[in-house]
Amino acid sequence: MASYKLIGKDFTPPDLVGKVTGKAKYAEDFRPAGMLFAKLLRSPMPHAKVRKIDTRNALALKGVVAIVTADEVPKVHPPSEPMLTNEPLYAGEPILAVAAVDETTAAEAIERIKIDLQPLPFVIDPLETLRPGGPDPRSDGNVAARELKLQTIKWTARDFAGISQGKLPMGKPAEEWQYGDLEGGFKQADFVLEESFVTQALSHHCMEPRTAMAYWQNGKLYLHASSQSVSFVVPGVAKLLGVDPAQLVFISENTGGGFGAKGTGYPQWGIPALLAKKAGRPVMMRVTRDEEYAFGRARPGYQGWVKIGFRKDGRITALDLYIVQSNGPYEGFPDFRNSGMAVSLVYQPMAMRWRAVSVLTNTPPRYPQRGPGENQIAAAVEPFIDKAARKLGVDRVAIRRINAPGHDGKVGAKQGPVTSSYLPQALDKGAQRFNWAKKQALSGQRKGSKAIGIGVGTAFHSAGRNGFDGLVLIKPDGKLYIHSGAGNLGTFSYAATSRTAAEVLGMPWDRCVIVAGDTAKNVPWNSPQVGSNTSFTLTRTNYVAAVDAKKKLQEIAAKALNGSPDDFDVGNGRVFLKSDSSRGLSFAEAAERAIKLGGKYSGQELPKDLNPITARAAAGLAGQGLVGVAKDTLPIKGLVPAFCAAFVQVEVDLETGHVEIKECLEVADCGTVIHPKNLGNQLTGGAVQGFGLALTERHIFDNKLGLAATKGLYTAKPPTYLDVPLDIQWDAVNQPDRYNPVGVKGIGEPPLGAAAAAVLCAISDALGGIYFNRSPVTCDMILNAVEKRPQPYKPLEVNV
Amino acid sequence: MDALDKEVNSQPGLTRRSFIKGIIASGVTVSSVGYLFRGAEAAQAKPALAGAVGRLVTLTVNGQKRPVDVMKQETLAMTLRYKLGLTGTKLGCDRGECGNCTVLIDDVPRYSCSLLTHTVRNSKITTIEGLAGPDGKLHPVQKAFVDEMAPQCGFCTPGQIMSAVALLKVSPKPTRAQAAEALSGNLCRCGAYDYYLNAVMRAAEVS
Repeated sequence: MASYKLIGKDFTPPDLVGKVTGKAKYAEDFRPAGMLFAKLLRSPMPHAKVRKIDTRNALALKGVVAIVTADEVPKVHPPSEPMLTNEPLYAGEPILAVAAVDETTAAEAIERIKIDLQPLPFVIDPLETLRPGGPDPRSDGNVAARELKLQTIKWTARDFAGISQGKLPMGKPAEEWQYGDLEGGFKQADFVLEESFVTQALSHHCMEPRTAMAYWQNGKLYLHASSQSVSFVVPGVAKLLGVDPAQLVFISENTGGGFGAKGTGYPQWGIPALLAKKAGRPVMMRVTRDEEYAFGRARPGYQGWVKIGFRKDGRITALDLYIVQSNGPYEGFPDFRNSGMAVSLVYQPMAMRWRAVSVLTNTPPRYPQRGPGENQIAAAVEPFIDKAARKLGVDRVAIRRINAPGHDGKVGAKQGPVTSSYLPQALDKGAQRFNWAKKQALSGQRKGSKAIGIGVGTAFHSAGRNGFDGLVLIKPDGKLYIHSGAGNLGTFSYAATSRTAAEVLGMPWDRCVIVAGDTAKNVPWNSPQVGSNTSFTLTRTNYVAAVDAKKKLQEIAAKALNGSPDDFDVGNGRVFLKSDSSRGLSFAEAAERAIKLGGKYSGQELPKDLNPITARAAAGLAGQGLVGVAKDTLPIKGLVPAFCAAFVQVEVDLETGHVEIKECLEVADCGTVIHPKNLGNQLTGGAVQGFGLALTERHIFDNKLGLAATKGLYTAKPPTYLDVPLDIQWDAVNQPDRYNPVGVKGIGEPPLGAAAAAVLCAISDALGGIYFNRSPVTCDMILNAVEKRPQPYKPLEVNV
Repeated sequence: MDALDKEVNSQPGLTRRSFIKGIIASGVTVSSVGYLFRGAEAAQAKPALAGAVGRLVTLTVNGQKRPVDVMKQETLAMTLRYKLGLTGTKLGCDRGECGNCTVLIDDVPRYSCSLLTHTVRNSKITTIEGLAGPDGKLHPVQKAFVDEMAPQCGFCTPGQIMSAVALLKVSPKPTRAQAAEALSGNLCRCGAYDYYLNAVMRAAEVS
């Protein structure tokens, strides 16, 4: 497909008008008859055991219909997170749930419940539980993660010897890998830098709280949820609630932001479902902003250490990284692994060691947040790259460029291949457009009380998966129905990727219909809308489904008009003879014939390698028209990487500590650009989140009580209009990835990390080389640094 | 009898009974029971909580008179979403932080989560549903938001649009900085600020 009719062109996604008229429906906008409301009893303590619960007074209240306690929810295997618990592991964790005729009554019932809690020791700072004799965050261990078993790790007093000087203690790690000759690499280095650092834990702040509504009808569970993904979450939710996946109808037409926090499902979805089952009526669980700051998830923070060896020209000879991750009380997310991968790829160290320990803490559950691991490590390490550049007298773009991967770049412990890398080109394009060379003269210049700083930052995220299914249907109405199991969290990639099917079939876009957002509408097995993967993964699935449909159209035409399938082509809603385009069938006619032919043509016979969800969806469409369905078995070799380079100019007010971002340019390597206008929104929006990570957003905890102080938007501080530049620039390298049929890779995540890193680097540049070894860098920190006062926190202290 | 009761009782020709019959017949408020307020079902029984009795008022919403039963402590966001079926007004925080619930009260943008319904009985209330023409023709601001592809997840979009409409009423040709200032009470976690400002500037250009 050399020249495209649709790919690379702007269009209006079908859900956009609903978003500006108020017609777009989110989970809280549905109103089935007889709907009850749920409220939760949540733990006031960071770690406790329920000794006794007395619900009699609550049940006696008129209007209370059902109560579900932790004894009634499905058991999960530690460290998995339960729906409700008798051993709350963070303040705000749900203990039981009440359904009542209205929310006031449900809230009143919660007040009437008598509960006796035994307070238990808790851990907010990961290093505290690693100390010999330190407290434990849960009774069965202090270290765990996805694919890392729950265990207890205690370090020795000797391991902690350097902590008062600010050096990260580095006892026995839970995981490690190494490639190359690390010692030799450091010996070969002209300059070696060694730094400890802290990155913050922070909330996702989705504008739509994770409200869910559920009801049961004819043995089926209907779940309206705030979810990034649709078909992908079905097996997990069905398992969670012990229902057959075929008996679950999952509806998420629109989701008010996810950023990872609603990526692959969460156990709290089960609460309204269980209440609804018990009550025999629909139950709406409206989640409040306060609750969102408890079980609404968070990005894990790090206490880390890195040692980097540089050659004179800036090339990295060896890199040694250690991460202590605050993983929340459950399995959390392996950001620490992603950070190791990211560093190995973005800087291509000749030798590298990665060590990490994922420590459980009595803090809100961790979950992936836009660039989980990749972005906080960019914010931590990029300023050190600048520090080395300053020491070595190397330009800061040049030092990134000399280390950046090309198409032959290698990633991770096994030094595996990547499908493409245009990071060097992104740096070049950005430097040129930003006038990097000229702007160097502004570094540190004063403008009244303000100092000017210039910064560049780079970030990476994997950006594509494979092995999912595509499903399209051509009906006798002549329209192409593109079925998508993707979610709709605001990236519009469900729509842009669907256009691949129309492109393959030469179908005018105004005769295409996207079917999505509801598993009852027969949607195929698609990847979760996470990890910047959708653009790559679902262009492939839509491509293979459309190729299957095209083949069937050609066969049907050959049967009808006597010829060989290869004699026919498709375009403009017709399948026609290549040698005489006036002879052919309309798609409407071909769909009629497909129905008459039956078998594979109309979905009665299906490929054997389809996921059961796709097979069920295709069977649901059988007989309605021509069905194109296939599993993506297209070739792929290597990890699909997306990169971003960000360039910023800031003004740091030395009298107030305020940082104003004056200019920002994001340049993406996302393969072929398939939807330019939307790409810009992703890049500029990612930049805004990056500014938050760099400057304002963080968890603050009272370490004595284990309670969060950042439970409001005004305290947790996601950026507002007034915190960002009036105009953010963006661009893309726009070169194809060889393993995608239209050349596209994802991009969602890297713009955040690149922008955060660039801002932090620019602040240090404005201050003439003061490095904070910490994110965020807040006004008070800047003032303290300028006035050479000590910072109010200890070097490795977290949640401050 | 307080002022609210007088107001309610002074409405001629509409009794509480006929109102309830009316809404049951129209199906408008089927099961739209309360969010931290007492809904239709419980209200028919003796209320368990003090202050949970509804009062009938008539609101002017999107140019229509809308009789509705409200409680003294009920917020406008709840009345709109749960009693009048106007779910385009979104609740992001329900405590005056995010601006997702912004509506116009006599053309002034206000957080409807932080307004008591009975205080706006004599005002002109405009929600996102009231902007498009009766034929569905988009308001110029809505059209600009589509043309600029400004929303991402869309949850904050109705609030952003209401603030933009209010701005352009008083300042038809704002600068980009003035637009940012005017919309700064509307948070967007997707960070679509740049695109929203593009849309506001386009709307200002075409109107």
